[in-house]
Amino acid sequence: MSDSLLCVRDLTLRFGAVTAFAGVSFDVAPGELFAVIGPNGAGKSSLFNALSRVYEPCDGTVTFEGRDFLRLAPRQLAGIGIARSFQNLGVFPALTVLENVMVGRHHLMRAGALRGGLGLARGEERRHRVAALEALEYVGIGPMAGAAVQTLPYGLQKRVELARCLAMEPRVMLLDEPVAGMDATERAEIADLVARVHRERELTVLLVEHDMGMVMSVAERILVLDFGVPIAIGTPAAIQRDGRVIRAYLGEELEAVA
Amino acid sequence: MSEFLQLLFEGLSLGATYALVALGFVVIYRASGVINFAQGAMLLLGAYLISWLAVDVGVPFGLAVLAAMAALGAFGAGFHRIALRRVVGQPTFVLVMITIGAGIAVTAGVSAIFGDNQRLLGDPWGSSAFHVGSITITWVKLSGIVVAAAGVAVYFAFDRYTRWGLAMRATAADEEATLSAGVPVRRVHALTWALAGGLATLGGLFLAGFPNAPSPTLGDAALRAFPAVVLGGLSSSVGAVVGGVLIGVVEVMTSGYAPSWLGTNFYAVAPYVAMIAILLVRPYGLLGVKPAERL
Repeated sequence: MSDSLLCVRDLTLRFGAVTAFAGVSFDVAPGELFAVIGPNGAGKSSLFNALSRVYEPCDGTVTFEGRDFLRLAPRQLAGIGIARSFQNLGVFPALTVLENVMVGRHHLMRAGALRGGLGLARGEERRHRVAALEALEYVGIGPMAGAAVQTLPYGLQKRVELARCLAMEPRVMLLDEPVAGMDATERAEIADLVARVHRERELTVLLVEHDMGMVMSVAERILVLDFGVPIAIGTPAAIQRDGRVIRAYLGEELEAVA
Repeated sequence: MSEFLQLLFEGLSLGATYALVALGFVVIYRASGVINFAQGAMLLLGAYLISWLAVDVGVPFGLAVLAAMAALGAFGAGFHRIALRRVVGQPTFVLVMITIGAGIAVTAGVSAIFGDNQRLLGDPWGSSAFHVGSITITWVKLSGIVVAAAGVAVYFAFDRYTRWGLAMRATAADEEATLSAGVPVRRVHALTWALAGGLATLGGLFLAGFPNAPSPTLGDAALRAFPAVVLGGLSSSVGAVVGGVLIGVVEVMTSGYAPSWLGTNFYAVAPYVAMIAILLVRPYGLLGVKPAERL
């Protein structure tokens, strides 16, 4: 698939004798919302960390727009248009909502520490503040711009993180279990937001998620991992009918009963 | 009463310089968790550079101060790049040990180049003073308060209103998230070292002012400013300033009022006594917060 944006081939990660995942291959097309799911311990988070350049895979290749992705350092990802969110929230609790989002604009600004320190970068800062506020409006927390993030409930903190990702003006968003630890209402809201971002901003989204409901409602294609091995790939409808997926999630016995 | 006011003035002046040095500790610690024990050597080097530029080279004093601050900023960033960046991933303890070694080396180097005798600072104030009632106000101590206040104000404005200040605060909160948001975290660390170098130079300048002078033991002042950092809360900039001023006042007041049975040099111990007393009540310092552990 030469028109794919992200191309993963035979990716394998081991920690000593323990295999986190092995032989994972998939392509993500530009503008696609691609999800990776699997039961607990299936290797989802390890795969996510390998794709966000936190873990170094043992084997396999990843190319991003034809470039060798595995040679990029984590600090280079923002520059090529990749933003990520964290499973346990990657926000800065003591900073305000707006400041959190402004951090995402850092790599788009030019003024050095000296010019900034002398107050000569005001115009630039103001422009980026407008963009940050826009991102906050977009995720629905515009009025909270001045509040310290630690005073907000978890669901809103997740929105702050997503707003920061958006403010980075990425082409790809990597989302690590964005609805983990949320109640049903919050889950539905975040799922809506992710779908809206994908649709309206024409972003490519790679979603790693435990929550079946969310994945089935927003994903265009799904890869299912079980014990570190890919067992199925396809549309939500196809995945829901796949016998191996049902076995992985519900266990062998149920099928015997049926 | 007039003795009290005299000591208060001198305590505030000393405390203002401690605040600068303490801020230098905090700016690095906050971003990387490293306590920079080379801070004393940096303020020593800064003071000697000012003295060398102003006295030996003949640069106008104000320019000498700015040049020395810039040089120490470059020294701090360079030290971070050459010595510390290579050991990223090692326990923080390793980095702290490197700063101790570097501090000893720089202090010895300054002694070797400039000798062990006191030098002239080359400042325009000298011992000149004026009187308010029975209180003697030396110009150098008054300038110390004014310049330290200005330096602290500039630091806080930088920290609060510029994108690099924001990057420093974000790095302090969550380095991984900051990195993924596109902030060059290593450059942020280098920046904190540069700022610490500049702050140390300003502190060194006024610690070396009348009745003191640049001498190789000047760096010991950092050890006296250290209780200020701990007392204020290691990661709190405001705490460093409050702690610095408090320690300065405590030190000078003790030297004036301590009964003779405590010995003549009790004032040198007083900051540590104050620190321990406060830590007993507030274990994370006056303004520090208990670090949250992520489970």
